[in-house]
Amino acid sequence: MTDSTPKNIRRTIRQLCLIVVGMCCFVVALVPLYDLFCEVTGLNGKTGGPYVFDPAATTPDTSRLVKVNFITNTNAGMTWEFRPEKGAVRVHPGELREVNFYVKNTSDRVMVGQAIPSLTPGAAASYFHKTECFCFNNQVLQPGEEMAMPMRFIVGRELPKNVQSINLSYALFDVTDAMGGVGVTGG
Amino acid sequence: MTTNHGLIMVFGAIMPAFVGLANWLLPMQVGAPDMALPRMNNLSFWILPFAFGMMLSTLFMEGGGPNFGWTFYAPLSTTYAPDSVTFFIFAVHMMGASSIMGSINIIATILNMRAPGMTLMKMPLFVWTWLITAYLLIAVMPVLAGAVTMMLFDIHFGTSFFNAAGGGDPVMFQHIFWFFGHPEVYIMILPAFGIVSHIIPAFARKPLFGYDSMVYAVASIAFLSFIVWAHHMFTVGMPLAGQLFFMYSTMLIAIPTGVKVFNWTATMWQGSMSFETPMLFAIAFVVLFTIGGFSGLMLAITPADYQYHDTYFVVAHFHYVLVPGALFSIIAAVYFWFPKWTGKMYNETMGKAHFWLSFIGVNVTFFPQHFSGLAGMPRRIPDYALQFADFNMISSIGAFIFGFSQLVFLYVIIHGIRKGKPAKARAWEGARGLEWTLPSPAPYHSFTQPPHVPDAEVQG
Repeated sequence: MTDSTPKNIRRTIRQLCLIVVGMCCFVVALVPLYDLFCEVTGLNGKTGGPYVFDPAATTPDTSRLVKVNFITNTNAGMTWEFRPEKGAVRVHPGELREVNFYVKNTSDRVMVGQAIPSLTPGAAASYFHKTECFCFNNQVLQPGEEMAMPMRFIVGRELPKNVQSINLSYALFDVTDAMGGVGVTGG
Repeated sequence: MTTNHGLIMVFGAIMPAFVGLANWLLPMQVGAPDMALPRMNNLSFWILPFAFGMMLSTLFMEGGGPNFGWTFYAPLSTTYAPDSVTFFIFAVHMMGASSIMGSINIIATILNMRAPGMTLMKMPLFVWTWLITAYLLIAVMPVLAGAVTMMLFDIHFGTSFFNAAGGGDPVMFQHIFWFFGHPEVYIMILPAFGIVSHIIPAFARKPLFGYDSMVYAVASIAFLSFIVWAHHMFTVGMPLAGQLFFMYSTMLIAIPTGVKVFNWTATMWQGSMSFETPMLFAIAFVVLFTIGGFSGLMLAITPADYQYHDTYFVVAHFHYVLVPGALFSIIAAVYFWFPKWTGKMYNETMGKAHFWLSFIGVNVTFFPQHFSGLAGMPRRIPDYALQFADFNMISSIGAFIFGFSQLVFLYVIIHGIRKGKPAKARAWEGARGLEWTLPSPAPYHSFTQPPHVPDAEVQG
């Protein structure tokens, strides 16, 4: 754009550049917007963070039972053994339940694992509450170390009546390198 | 290699060819001396050789070139990608910058440099389609740049946009990519609509039927392209409402597209038609693009898509809209405006030979892929089961015919430039538009004084 460029063309260029900048901002905003959208709708099956539960304030809904299935898998390259204590439990909505997951580091080095939950149907994700979960933190295991990891959950009383079973899957990722490898050895 | 084929054909062949046509034709068609910003144009062109040099160099790198398909879904393109992916990312950045600059130039030219009397609704359709395409480019290229930048951060700076282990979401990549990707596929077809809308009236010797509805159809296709992206990913696990929305919005696109096909057909209806090479390519465009459109409708049906998804049926679909669609329109444009560019006529017989070889080659290549796709042959997998061997053999023969027939094209062009007969200013007597009032070949700077726009040259 030289000084001889007519005024109207300069104005058009400025407007178009604004669109480009605007779209760049839009892309940056897409990431939080996407997370927000998924959180509101529960679409991607992500479950929420730690939940505060007061047993005195809630009575279990004994009129129905919901089956909760547990599925575990390890991501590609993750050598740990990872399995739930039970494949499935039946719970009353509003009732606090604890289940254990077992994990064993079969390698000969210190490793860090991180479990990522995913829940189907997505519509149930916002009614599935966890007061304690190993997925809130990552796990550091010494070579050959074995561990039982508790997970305490409540299926909300407001769970839609048509949901009779919930599948909760945990994928275990190896995050040793991402955590800085050697730096976590002591932890 | 397949990844590079896709990327080069999308970003290196179809798009630059359309931008090139725009640069050559737009100033003549709107009655301007040149594009508004020649220097920016120069920059946007000279970025491309470097971008593609960088991208092609990845083929010779350790670990090989990008191997994750032109859609580069994360984490396949981040966690599991070869090291050369960083070069790919920067190449995409450069192509995006080039496209944005080209688009700014095109819009600035169209909006500010039209001859007096050429109102928006009197503009030739190639100008209209490019105006809308350029807006699409400006809107979605930053989205693509954002997606590859997030990939770059995931690979090198430890972020987790698309990495589930760090709280990211791989499905988000698909949403962002296709929010760019769907307008992108219309970027590759809208200018083709414009070209065909010039050629068919010229050889039917009738004004274009339904000019206004053509303009509105293009505008509504462009708008719809922003709200249909998830039809590329019906199988990721969407709620029913989402699937229904994207299914219906996708099918809605068939309406403006149908209006266009109807108008082209109505333009030919009772026209005094002749079948020179550009017209042959334009008619083949209408027929074969419609076939591609219909297979698109089949794919849009969500429950059916579960069967077709990621099979060769999809490959057949998008090659039908891109090769006999976008590419045929570019070839038609080259034949149609060749006399204007060079001042010479090409050899009509050889041109027709080129057309028939291409037409047969394209259909022999891509039509059997519908069948192998419906029989379950997956795409993106280099090897295939034995029962698909016959269909693939037919496709290969067709591909060789199509490939070699382009050598005929090359011969026609070179022969035309060197030994063609001189062309008249109005090389086709039915052609209308300001560019045909200029001598052939067109001077470097066309209209130094804004021309008067006679009604006879106006399309609308």
